[in-house]
Amino acid sequence: MPQPLNYLKETASQTAGPYVHIGLIPAMAGFDIFEKNFSNVLVTPSTQGERITLEGKVLDGTGTPLRDVLLEIWQANASGRYNHPADRSTGVLEQEFRGWGRAGSDFESGLVTFETIKPGAITDRAGRTCAPHINVWIVARGINIGLNTRLYFSDEEAANAADPVLNLIEQPSRRSTLIAKRTERAGQVVYAFTINLQGPEETVFFDV
Amino acid sequence: MNAQAPASRDPRLNRPEPFTPPLGDGGFFQRDRSIHPPAHAPGYKSSVLRSPRQSLLSLEGSISEITGPVFGHNDLGPLDNDLIRNYAKDGDPVGERIIVHGRVLDETGRGVPNTLVEFWQANAGGRYRHKKDTYLAPIDPNFGGCGRALTDDTGYYYFRTVKPGPYPWRNYVNSWRPAHIHFSVFGSGFAQRLITQMYFEGDPLIPVCPILTTIPDKDALDRLVAPLDLNASTPFDSLAYRFDIVLRGQRSTYFENRTAGN
Repeated sequence: MPQPLNYLKETASQTAGPYVHIGLIPAMAGFDIFEKNFSNVLVTPSTQGERITLEGKVLDGTGTPLRDVLLEIWQANASGRYNHPADRSTGVLEQEFRGWGRAGSDFESGLVTFETIKPGAITDRAGRTCAPHINVWIVARGINIGLNTRLYFSDEEAANAADPVLNLIEQPSRRSTLIAKRTERAGQVVYAFTINLQGPEETVFFDV
Repeated sequence: MNAQAPASRDPRLNRPEPFTPPLGDGGFFQRDRSIHPPAHAPGYKSSVLRSPRQSLLSLEGSISEITGPVFGHNDLGPLDNDLIRNYAKDGDPVGERIIVHGRVLDETGRGVPNTLVEFWQANAGGRYRHKKDTYLAPIDPNFGGCGRALTDDTGYYYFRTVKPGPYPWRNYVNSWRPAHIHFSVFGSGFAQRLITQMYFEGDPLIPVCPILTTIPDKDALDRLVAPLDLNASTPFDSLAYRFDIVLRGQRSTYFENRTAGN
C-alpha cells in the first residue's frame, strides 16, 4: 500500500430551498433582523465606471420564470481588478467596491435586478485578455447544487469574439446564451438577460 | 423592482481585514461531482424542470473563479450569531436550546479563516418566518430564524439557536423534511461557494427524505449529519451539536503561465 493521501472530501451540496430569503435576504422573507444587510446594489456614489442595471429572469424547462430564485454576482471593477488579495493585476483597486451582490427574484414576475458598473476586461493566467464579464451563481428550490454561468455584454462584440472562455463553447449558437443585451431606458443603461435552465435555448453552465 | 434593503453606504463597513489566502493563489481542486447530488433527481420533483440537460462546460480556474468577496467584522452585528436573542421581542424563543459549532476546513484540512457562514432554519414547530410558508404550526414571536458568523483565524464558528422541528412539504403526498439548518458558506474564492443543510444525529426522517437522499454517496450523506456533542454543551443551559464543513482545497502555484493547449 502506498502512503494514504488523507485529503478531506468536500461537504455535499443541498438545495437552498424555497425559503432561502430568510437567511440571505430577510427583508424579502418579510422581516427585519440585521443592522446591516447585503443587497443587489453594488455601487456607491464614489464607484468608478459606467452605471448599469442588469435585469433578467431565470426560466425553467417549460419557460416559466422561477419566482423563488436567488442570484449572486461577482465581478471586477471598471479597471478590471477584483477586490481580493489574490488579484495582483495592475488595475486600480477600489477599496469601496466589493464587486459582489445578491438578489432574489420578484415573487410575482420573477424579475431579478442588480445595480452595478460595467466591469473592465481582465487578463487570465495565460496572459490572454478576457472580455468584460460578470460571474453569476444561481440557487433555488429544485437546484441541488449552485449553477455557475457568466454574463457578457452585447456591445463588446470584438472582445467577445476573442474571449477564451466563450471560445471553449463548441457550438457558436450556444455562446449567445451568455450575452446580455444592451438597451437604454430613460437615460439608464440596462442589460437584459435570460437564463434558461433547460431546453432548446439552455444557458451554458460551467464546472468552475 | 424588488423590495430589498439598500447597500450599506458607509465605505468603512465594506472594508475587510487583510488576510492571506491559505495556499497561494492556485486554482481549486476539481469538484468531485460523484459526492454531490445530481442536478436531475426525479425523487425531488422540483429538480425535474430546474436541471440543465446539457453537460457543464469545465473551466480551468481563472482569476474570476479563484477570487471571491471578502467580508469583515464590520459587516456583522453583535447578535448576528445568537438566534436566541437576535429576534427576541418579549422573551426567549420556545424550543430545545442548542449550540451549533464547528470548523470550516478545506480539503487539505486547513481551517478557512475569516469566511462568512450564514444559516437559517424553521422554529421549534417546523414553521418558517417567511411570507410564503403557510404551514399551520405557529410563528414564534421571539424567533427570526437566521444568523451569520465570520470564522476565526482557525476556521472556527459557532452560534446559538433552538433545534428546528420537521415540517411537511408538497413532494409526495406525505413528505416531511428532517429537522435541519441551512448553511451558506463562501470560502476564499467564488468557486468554493456552497449551500448545504445540516441534519441531526439519530433523526429517523433522514433516510426517507427525498432531498437528502438525492446525495448518491452514503459517506457524503453521513457527513451532513451533526453528532450530539456533550463536551461542548453547557450544563443546565444548552445541548450542542458539532458540524464541520469542508470546502474545496486550493492548489499551490508552483510555476506561473503553464498554459494548456489553446
